[in-house]
Amino acid sequence: MYNFTFHRPTTVRQAAGLLARNPDGKLLAGGHSLLPVMKQRLAQPSAIVDLSLVEGMSGVEVKGRSVVIGAMTRHADVANSQVLKDLMPGLASVPGSIGDPQVRNRGTIGGSIANNDPNADYPAACLGLGATIITNKRRIAADDFFTGMFSTALEEGEIIVKVSFPVAKKAAYEKFKHPASGFALVGVFVSKRGPDIRVAVTGAGSNGVFRVTSFEEALKKRFAAKSIEGMTIPASGMNADIHASPEYRAHLVAVLARRALAKANA
Amino acid sequence: MSATGIGAPVRRKEDFRFITGQGQYTDDVTRPGETRAVFVRSPHAHANIKSIDVSAAKTMPGVIDVLTGAQLASDKIGNLICGWMIHSKDGSPMKMSAHPALAATKVNCVGDAVAVVIAVTIAQGKDAAEKVKVDYEVLPAVVDPAKAQAAGAPQIHPDIANNTIYQWHLGEKKDVDVAFAAAKHVTKLDIINNRLVPNAMEPRAALADYDAGTDNLTLWNTSQNPHVARLVISAFIGMAPEHKLRVIAPDVGGGFGSKIFIYPEEVVCLWASRKVKRPVKWTSDRSEAFLTDAHGRDHVTHAELALDANGKILALRAKTIANLGAYMSTFSSSVPTYLYATLLSGQYNIPSIYCEVDAVYTNTAPVDAYRGAGRPEATFVVERLVEVAARQMGIDPADLRRRNFITAFPHQTPVIMAYDAGDYNASLKKAMEIADVKGFAKRKRDAARNGKLRGLGYSTYIEACGIAPSQAVGSLGAGVGLWESAEVRVNPTGSVEVLTGSHAHGQGHETTFAQLVSERLGIPFENVSIVHGDTDKVQFGMGTYGSRSGAVGMSAIVKALDKIEIKAKKVAAFMLEAAEGDIEFKDGKFTVAGTDKSAAFGDVALNAYIAHKFTGAELEPGLKETSFYDPTNFTFPAGCHICELDVDIETGKVDIVNWTAVDDFGTIINPMIVEGQVHGGIAQGVGQALMEGAFYDANGQLVTGSMMDYTMPRAHDLPSFHVGLTETKSPSNPLGMKGCGEAGAIASPAAVINAITDAIGTENIAMPATASAVWTALQKLQAPKAA
Repeated sequence: MYNFTFHRPTTVRQAAGLLARNPDGKLLAGGHSLLPVMKQRLAQPSAIVDLSLVEGMSGVEVKGRSVVIGAMTRHADVANSQVLKDLMPGLASVPGSIGDPQVRNRGTIGGSIANNDPNADYPAACLGLGATIITNKRRIAADDFFTGMFSTALEEGEIIVKVSFPVAKKAAYEKFKHPASGFALVGVFVSKRGPDIRVAVTGAGSNGVFRVTSFEEALKKRFAAKSIEGMTIPASGMNADIHASPEYRAHLVAVLARRALAKANA
Repeated sequence: MSATGIGAPVRRKEDFRFITGQGQYTDDVTRPGETRAVFVRSPHAHANIKSIDVSAAKTMPGVIDVLTGAQLASDKIGNLICGWMIHSKDGSPMKMSAHPALAATKVNCVGDAVAVVIAVTIAQGKDAAEKVKVDYEVLPAVVDPAKAQAAGAPQIHPDIANNTIYQWHLGEKKDVDVAFAAAKHVTKLDIINNRLVPNAMEPRAALADYDAGTDNLTLWNTSQNPHVARLVISAFIGMAPEHKLRVIAPDVGGGFGSKIFIYPEEVVCLWASRKVKRPVKWTSDRSEAFLTDAHGRDHVTHAELALDANGKILALRAKTIANLGAYMSTFSSSVPTYLYATLLSGQYNIPSIYCEVDAVYTNTAPVDAYRGAGRPEATFVVERLVEVAARQMGIDPADLRRRNFITAFPHQTPVIMAYDAGDYNASLKKAMEIADVKGFAKRKRDAARNGKLRGLGYSTYIEACGIAPSQAVGSLGAGVGLWESAEVRVNPTGSVEVLTGSHAHGQGHETTFAQLVSERLGIPFENVSIVHGDTDKVQFGMGTYGSRSGAVGMSAIVKALDKIEIKAKKVAAFMLEAAEGDIEFKDGKFTVAGTDKSAAFGDVALNAYIAHKFTGAELEPGLKETSFYDPTNFTFPAGCHICELDVDIETGKVDIVNWTAVDDFGTIINPMIVEGQVHGGIAQGVGQALMEGAFYDANGQLVTGSMMDYTMPRAHDLPSFHVGLTETKSPSNPLGMKGCGEAGAIASPAAVINAITDAIGTENIAMPATASAVWTALQKLQAPKAA
């Protein structure tokens, strides 16, 4: 790890100011992606702005027809939130599938979304539910937020404060774990909220999380696994590595979508 | 059986300090004025070093010195060596190229060390290491052993033609060819035994301390055999005379073979400590471990089995290319030869066997012994061939095995080994009962209703352990003998210290060795301490690997205990005023036969030291005995593992639903520890079969260089194991022990692959059989149907 200055602001405004003054600085939310690359000397931020002392950034709240989760809420706290488990168990299951207990006790939803790792789980939940990402500057629809592998619509000095998920009547996440890392080799989030039907896929696409519009169209007739029986997506645009071929990933998208639908209807 | 004696499931003495964080590992040892070594490593798999400029690095804060391979050479520090001579079939000796601890002119794998920074802190050392400028001329690399010998392949060492170290063979080719020509059925298989990264929990480490006042060097290191390390570093590398070098391997957190070998880093730390006159410590990080620990396996094999119409095996032949990596590690030459081809008879009566092995250099990390070392590769070849042959011939796989089992002992195989004892029918029968093979067909139907393909696979394995009779291994090219030593020191109060040449790095010797002494001397288990791992304390010993600590290390203790009893009886005779021949020793008490006169073991020990009851002319005072035990044969643990698993048709994911292991380890000292060894071995074998694989890209970059890409088996990947035992005692050592440390890793890969191929109905599938690979295989099988 290289040297850096360490800041612990207590307000979002202070944090944003520190980021503005340190163009090479990085926010520390959970640190489970940032710290390993720093330890390997693959990242050299001049400053670390630790958000853990900023007040009001954690917690799971129901606000009208939405669930609002603070950006610094730990994965374990989301997974164990009784209000969320009662309201939308499909969303609560997403952080429960991340990493191991150590990771879940440190990692945060804001960190995961801002990093937009192409194999991360939360981006699928955000896109799969049509969430709104609320920053210190604006509200960004999930459809506009994830712009590609490790890239988002976040601008310089912009900090995710919370994420608002509309409550869907039916929602479920199915994940096929990467055998080594435990990330999503492929993860599929499905939801139905009135006429809004979403199928979002993480892990598979070489450009990060994406929606499967062909499945969504087919599901408009009936939100059930049977509606997409036999449907596939093309292997082009899927990731290829030693763990899975593009064909296998494309195949898993369909399998996991069917399983997620079955789970959502259960 | 007493509560702490032989056969008792005594809890491990050493675990209190380990689980409370009080173990003392090499990295925990600190010396005044300690410095840290940071290695500058090659990012290229194959390159000429045009120049190295350390000037900028030397001026960095905290830097004490920056040393290079040129300096190492000018200080006449010798090359690392491989200590087992193998001769090619034409009689020529193996071709070993130079392996300097720091590369001076050429690098041959990613991670090859080219310079070392000695700095006050690791961070300062890393900062400085980035300032070392190395000008490389990058060369094309070869990583695939099957391509290493091809015309036009990159030439790794200028003095080694075609990257070929040796072309060795074993067995009678002519006999085998005749048998194949007459065979009714021939089964052929192409097998890749995948390369594995050992991943011991504690990474390798070295701390070297030069004492200018005495000119003595001390090395703390993560070694499975500190005396051998001292011998090699002294006699071959020329670091210091043997008596001026002390090697201490304190608590060591796992080895699996990877810590047998002598590595560049410990040599460099010793050399650097003498140069900078301060202690020098290096602790590998996990990334370095992936790149530089000796890897395991990596065989490419074509194998064939010849059978008659009744499924009786007539002959076996195999041609293997073994990848030894960029340099020959300490025992690398022996693994794909005498630890591999000698086990190709399996548990079967095979009249003729012929095996050819080419060992090659590639631009990859060195490959050497890893849990099982050659024997897992042999078992995989034999057990895959037998299983496939049975299916092809329409014979039940268990039945085909039974038809060919060796049933009379001793049995001389055509590949050197003479099996001394075993009952292979017994372990197969017991395993089939525990696994409820009879109920399998119903379970398979039930699984099919849930979209699962269920499969069952056997592995009736054998291994040669208790390594090994010195004369025998000497005749096969070993540079060392493989006996073991023990010294039993009885203190005046009757407590006992055992100094053993074995080394514990997870095996629980402090417990099992104490159980042996407790049983034999009739003294409390708590009164026995085991001392190991320090060349200044312990007499020369050979260390721990090849499941040898029980069969060889404990046999040496038995021999020393025999001498203790003889001497103690003499002391007791003087105390009890009786003839020596009338003294009996039982349950910790010396008695005069036919009388009620007796003396407790502790009283006899005290009398041995105070020497009030005898003169020096009659008996030497003291009670301490040493023994060097050389085994008369290898031991042959064997057994049957049965794997039952489900394949998810949609995803290809494999779930092991039932695992049965019935092993014959001979006499067992502590069944709880043995069970733990079996569990760990199976986990590693299942890891190899389903998850693990070290992959290099065409440029020689390790693609699986971290836990993010290299899949280690986890607890949730495995079911609860059903473990059973059968027992035939080994006639080759006094306790009848066979060894249990490697069996699980040897048996299990074939059981898994046999079960997967049974489930999906294919002949072969490569390891690791990941979900992706199994799904791909399923698509190929279904392709004709879809077309």
